[in-house]
Amino acid sequence: MNIKRQKFTRLTLTYLVILAMFVIILYPLAWIIGSSFNPGQSLSGSTIIPKNASLIHYKELFNTAKSNYVYWYLNSLKVSILTMIFTVILVSLTAYSFSRYRFIGRKNSLLTFLILQMIPNFAALIAIYILGMLTHLIDTHLGLICVYVGGQIPMNTWLMKGYLDTIPKELDESAKIDGAGHLRIFFQIVMPLATPIIAVVALFAFIAPFGDFIIASVLLRTESKYTLAVGLYDLVAKQFGAEFTTFAAGAVLIAVPIAILFLSFQRYFVSGLTAGGTKG
Amino acid sequence: MSAELSYPTKHRRTALLLSLIPGLGQLYNKQFLKGGAFLVLAAAFIYVFKDLLNIGLWGIVTLGEELPRDHSIFLLVYGILAIIVVVFGLGFYAFNLRDAFKTGRMRDQNEPLSTVKEQYHNLVDNGFPYLIMTPGFLLLIFVVVFPIIFVILLAFTNYDLYHSPPAKLVDWVGIKNFFDIFEIDIWRQTFFGVLAWTLVWTFCATTLQVALGIFLAIIVNQKDVKGKAIIRTVFILPWAVPAFVSILVFAGMFNESFGAINRDILGFLHINGLPWMTEKLYTRIALILIQSWLGFPFIFAMTTGVLQSIPDELYEAATVDGASSFQKFKSITLPLVLFATAPILITQYTFNFNNFNIIYLFNGGGPAEPGQNAGGTDILISWIYRLTMSSAEYSKAASITLLLSIIVISAALWQFKRTKSFQEEDMM
Repeated sequence: MNIKRQKFTRLTLTYLVILAMFVIILYPLAWIIGSSFNPGQSLSGSTIIPKNASLIHYKELFNTAKSNYVYWYLNSLKVSILTMIFTVILVSLTAYSFSRYRFIGRKNSLLTFLILQMIPNFAALIAIYILGMLTHLIDTHLGLICVYVGGQIPMNTWLMKGYLDTIPKELDESAKIDGAGHLRIFFQIVMPLATPIIAVVALFAFIAPFGDFIIASVLLRTESKYTLAVGLYDLVAKQFGAEFTTFAAGAVLIAVPIAILFLSFQRYFVSGLTAGGTKG
Repeated sequence: MSAELSYPTKHRRTALLLSLIPGLGQLYNKQFLKGGAFLVLAAAFIYVFKDLLNIGLWGIVTLGEELPRDHSIFLLVYGILAIIVVVFGLGFYAFNLRDAFKTGRMRDQNEPLSTVKEQYHNLVDNGFPYLIMTPGFLLLIFVVVFPIIFVILLAFTNYDLYHSPPAKLVDWVGIKNFFDIFEIDIWRQTFFGVLAWTLVWTFCATTLQVALGIFLAIIVNQKDVKGKAIIRTVFILPWAVPAFVSILVFAGMFNESFGAINRDILGFLHINGLPWMTEKLYTRIALILIQSWLGFPFIFAMTTGVLQSIPDELYEAATVDGASSFQKFKSITLPLVLFATAPILITQYTFNFNNFNIIYLFNGGGPAEPGQNAGGTDILISWIYRLTMSSAEYSKAASITLLLSIIVISAALWQFKRTKSFQEEDMM
């Protein structure tokens, strides 16, 4: 009887905690979704479930004459996808050399990478800002992508090198004996085996630019060139209370697809991070 | 040494001396193709970079002498470029000397020299890693290393609003910026105020999110809890929504005039609205709570993974030995979880130390503080942003960046020294 009661209280407490967390997690999300359907421009007098819900704010966002939102979305996707592609290419090549070749300067380069990955690359934002102005890459997506890709290299190289080290070297050695060249070993033997880590690096390289605010806000000047993070902040900061419902619609349109994408890839994220943490 | 000296010929020394001019040593060693290539390369190097080296090295020393001809910041950039070029040049030069000496020694020892074909194969085999790394390396040098060098140098200049090219020249001022930060009252107070809050923020926010994440993972992982899949999905949600969106949403919720916190929640409880955005203390509390909301799912997911990998036998054996559930938690669960997630936990601290997004997007680092040039919730990185973007205190911002980097790097090095990969010879 005593044990049963103990179990009952334990489970009740557990479910109570979980319920409380559900409320804490879901309330802000419900609030912003509710706000986005609110017909008025401001929130005063509104309730969390709006009385006469309307899609007017969503329509407004897609009206390119009045709002740059669609451009921001496209810019963000463009910057993130290009960053992802270039990062994967450069990181695979670098990590492969570090993992498979013993060359002069290897150890020092690896150490440099280790130290570079500790300093977030926006720490040098004064330099990025001034250099951007000098090279006229300020206010261009090219400059932004370069900074993102360069910043991704050190950390992801370590991550991928850790994984490549676990692929047996005997495989490439026997391929070499069979007459395969350097490039062939790289493309046909090692890379196919490294797909899981490539997926992880690609995900990281996509998410990081998407969520970055600081570098984008330093480099981008024209409103139609903003990425989502900068644009959304601008929407809020300009006239906070006045257009909050439009902002809410914009936020929902970002959060929903990204959250779905994220939840379907979540498994890779966790495994990639733990792999990098223990092996890297 | 004496054995080497006893060779009848002295090709190695002659070759070394001759290749003080790159290529001549190789020509002397009868490697005409290689020698010619080296000679051409060296000549091209000097020809192409002559002007850059001349202007750059002069510019980085003087930072310009007369207006309006000289633009100090351009000169500084040229100077760094010149130094990078010089480093590459010296690397090539050292390689050339070494090559001439080695080939010379092979001739002294009467060993056959490698043929052009062999040299080509050698070049392809040894050069392959360099070749495929070059694009990544060049990008890294220009967008990561170059800015870092630039910031380091900037910290020793007086570049600010009043010394701003093209109207004025910038000068080297040694460590005056650091003196200013520690000696001028307003800078010192601001710096230590911001540093103290940065540390408190890092410690509180991270510890709270870690504790919450581990706690929730453990209670959800109990065997008799139903609906685990749904619970886990909901608990991951705050991580799935991009952080900048959530932070801006929270900025709306905490807004004093229309936000849901004051109006709906506290209003419902008949409590007067709190000054979340205008009172420093409340903004700080709000920030720590929001960061816990944003950060715990990550720890939760990690810990859940670890918990699922702990074999049941451990607990069964402990039960047989008569351990209570608290003892089992203390001696089995917690050590295993902490051990497996330790490296990631430490990166969480460094992440929050530089967590610019939440500070800036929530309240712009505000509320404004009287008598200092940082906001009440500014951490070091957002203060640097403010100094750069709105008050043009470039050199001060650079000095603070240096101080910040020293803190981060020493913390991180301390951590990495303890991880396995640092000690395993082959991994490095």
